[in-house]
Amino acid sequence: MSATLQPYLEAVRHTLQAALCLEQFSSQVVERHNKPEVEVQTSKELLMTPVVVARNKQERVLIEPSVNSVRISIAIKQSDEIEKILCHKFTRFMCQRADNFFVLRRKPLPGYDISFLITASHTEAMFKHKLVDFLLHFMQEIDKEISEMKLSLNARARVSAEEFLKRFN
Amino acid sequence: MSSGVPVLHWNFGIGPITCHAWNKDRTQIAVSASSNDIHIFEWRNGDWQSIHTLSEHDLPVTGLDWGTKTNRIVSCSQDKNAFVWTFDKNVWKPELVLVRFNRAATYVKWSPLENKFAVGSGAKLVSVCYYEKENDWWVSKQIKKPIRSTVTCLDWHSNNVLLAVGSCDFKCRVFSAYVKEVDEKPSPNPWGQKMPFGQLMSEYSVGGWVHRVAFSPSGCRLAFVSHDSSVSFVDSTVDSQKVQNLLTIHLPFTTVEWITENSVVTAGHDCSPVLFVVSQDVLKEVCKLDVPSAAKSSTVNSALQLFKNIDRNNAAEKINVALKTLHQNRITQILPHSGTVGNVVKFTTCGTDGIVALWDLKETIEFCRNHPSLV
Repeated sequence: MSATLQPYLEAVRHTLQAALCLEQFSSQVVERHNKPEVEVQTSKELLMTPVVVARNKQERVLIEPSVNSVRISIAIKQSDEIEKILCHKFTRFMCQRADNFFVLRRKPLPGYDISFLITASHTEAMFKHKLVDFLLHFMQEIDKEISEMKLSLNARARVSAEEFLKRFN
Repeated sequence: MSSGVPVLHWNFGIGPITCHAWNKDRTQIAVSASSNDIHIFEWRNGDWQSIHTLSEHDLPVTGLDWGTKTNRIVSCSQDKNAFVWTFDKNVWKPELVLVRFNRAATYVKWSPLENKFAVGSGAKLVSVCYYEKENDWWVSKQIKKPIRSTVTCLDWHSNNVLLAVGSCDFKCRVFSAYVKEVDEKPSPNPWGQKMPFGQLMSEYSVGGWVHRVAFSPSGCRLAFVSHDSSVSFVDSTVDSQKVQNLLTIHLPFTTVEWITENSVVTAGHDCSPVLFVVSQDVLKEVCKLDVPSAAKSSTVNSALQLFKNIDRNNAAEKINVALKTLHQNRITQILPHSGTVGNVVKFTTCGTDGIVALWDLKETIEFCRNHPSLV
């Protein structure tokens, strides 16, 4: 299974490097406004073709570039009901604190578990290549986190069941 | 800066630099950070010192140009306004220009004779502004059709009449910007015969937003770069309707500048300039022009961070965040610095990392050839 992880991450890395070529762009619809064009979607010529990089049906990344912003949505591997609940709780916990996260979007796109919105202000304030590193690191770490939570949840369930069944010895 | 490296660079400490402009003798530079101020620095005692701050714009400044003959600065901003700054008794005085935009201004450029300038806008039009003596005002004429998206870049032909316009509708166009109030009647040239104001002389299509367009020193050739990582080239003496489109493996370019009549230098999101030449009417890439910046690492300043790094990276090495290139973020503009028109010896680049770099072209090419593994 790890044999397919590295090419998947490399493909996401190269796609993000090409997508994160952003510039400051004032709205051509609303005067004196600077809006992420990938969110408002008012001018078709300012949006680029969205790209989906998929490892399998469950694990995929949707990258939607535009002239001044990129929206990145990640679908995390969830192989059973427990992982779905854990993933939902975990991503919801983070999205409720999105303001402290700078590039995290408050609400994931439909069909995806977590979304990021990177604008030209972010690529100006931060190193672009470190933003790419962070997103890839995030993708790896979140899989680990959910796996660890699932293991500890199962361990606690087993301990609880043992304690409960001791009454019937 | 290490010895032997042929590039000088300075960090003005004002944040990302979107555009810069040099005065006539290159002792002063005007820069706009991503803010509403324009800073003018002067080279004194081996250092750049801030001598003026021009604060009339309300939103980030997007365009800046210093007319070296008349010593006037023109600036435009996302607040829809453009100003002409005149130096008088040690003070830069602003004059508001009547550009008649209802969206942000995106680019501004003096004409070669500096009797008019062009401003691009998100209102999908270009204003050509000239001074009207009767009313003591800068007034404008507008070019609208057939531009269909935000104008991103402009360049003047050396005859002071033709204007190249690049926009976000994937088109590059050459218009006539003949203003009878300030211009003599133009003579025919390879781009066209009759040139009333707003006449579309040529139109070219590319696969991405046009980021920068530049006429060659003689005005017979046109180069522009777009977001599909391509460099496009038109030679009007051969065929003014035929465009040559060279796709590259680099990230998109944001700027292009002619060095000689046969060579251009481009730069963009790859953080290093790239040299192209025209050989037998074909545009070819020569080499990347870059020298490594001094290696800098973030110091591990706490034991907790040290052991976190060991645990996370399985190593005790310091985290190196710097790119190998001199610029650490995208390059936003190239300007000629030294040499004559048609034979640029040195040029400057400015970037989103706040650095302005002065490149000696000949020495840089020599350096890159002697150190091919570094670039």
